[in-house]
Amino acid sequence: MPKSLLPELLKKDRAEILADWMKEQLVAGGMRADLINEQELREQSNDFLQRFVQAVQSDDLTDIRSAAWTPVLELLGELSRARGRLGFSPAETAMFVFSLKQPVLTRLRTALGNDATRLFEDVATITQLLDKLGLYTTEVHQQTREDVIGRQQMEMLELSTPVVKLWDGILALPLIGTLDSSRTNVVMESLLQQIVHTESEIAIIDITGVPTVDTLVAQHLLKTVAAARLMGADCIISGIRPQIAQTMVHLGVDLTSVATKASLAEALRLAMTRCGFRVVRNDAAAQK
Amino acid sequence: MQEQIPIIKLEDFLLVSIQVDMHDRLALQLQDDLTAKITEVNARGVLIDISALEVVDSFIGRVIGNISAMARVLDARTVVVGMQPAVAITLVELGLTLEGVHSALNVSRGMALLRRSREEQ
Repeated sequence: MPKSLLPELLKKDRAEILADWMKEQLVAGGMRADLINEQELREQSNDFLQRFVQAVQSDDLTDIRSAAWTPVLELLGELSRARGRLGFSPAETAMFVFSLKQPVLTRLRTALGNDATRLFEDVATITQLLDKLGLYTTEVHQQTREDVIGRQQMEMLELSTPVVKLWDGILALPLIGTLDSSRTNVVMESLLQQIVHTESEIAIIDITGVPTVDTLVAQHLLKTVAAARLMGADCIISGIRPQIAQTMVHLGVDLTSVATKASLAEALRLAMTRCGFRVVRNDAAAQK
Repeated sequence: MQEQIPIIKLEDFLLVSIQVDMHDRLALQLQDDLTAKITEVNARGVLIDISALEVVDSFIGRVIGNISAMARVLDARTVVVGMQPAVAITLVELGLTLEGVHSALNVSRGMALLRRSREEQ
């Protein structure tokens, strides 16, 4: 098999290929004038082409995971992540690589026009190579997205379980969203920690934001109540909507061991009475 | 010398502070000592401080429940104070909710609870 012409050709015609490639990109769908300007695109393209030509000189034209290709992959990974953040679609990012095919193929035809066998060999090689690189950018793009989703899930878990101090000795835990085992554990731990920290006697668990309560959720709630009781704090469950009250009775959930109130305000009133506080309306101030 | 958990008498009450790792034999000995002491001094209340207890297993949990039940037979109320969150979660997961055991957040709250329940008697 004759030696591939690609390394030599790419090295010799780099400047022309870059120029053609830029033209190709500017007319193709990969160019997003609203997200990236021509100057930046030219720098990125130049960088990539430089490393690409360097890697091609290694004569390893099939395996992009080999050491020679590491700089190319690094650059592509960075580029794909940056473009993902800017709002490029994965297809647009992949087009950045794919649009390099046409300029290279044109050069190959000019150089090897009469030698069909060698032309076919090189065309197949360069096509496969650029396809792999293009797919790699898509892979990185997807990975970046997955990382973002993972981080957001963690943030939601943290955000959705704040423990609020309502009064001296009274804590509130407004629950929002569906309760599952992992969330209940986080909720339970942060509530118990806060009970120790603030030396609160009463904790109000408000479930206004919980869309549905099934037996499992009820069981989780009762576990939390039992744990708080073991530590010496009482719990009040509030914000039970009529619909949920009906469901609970139908399911046979027994909440008689816990004080329950329809609204957070009622629960706070009960909590303050138990702690020995009394709220008095100041008539003189109210008339203003 | 054999390990022993000291029991302190304060007014009508007995105070126990568990500062060492509980193992099964120690727990059983505490149960013996405490019941003996309750009858000896005619105590009306028992306060067990477990704030230093980091780990608990089902056996220790049951012993605490038993001590409380035994004390009640001898006409003394038991208050468990200062349970760590991790310990509370473990007990609940083990299904030991210690029904009938009073609990309080700290020693002073626990003492107040004991005094109150004594006045009610």
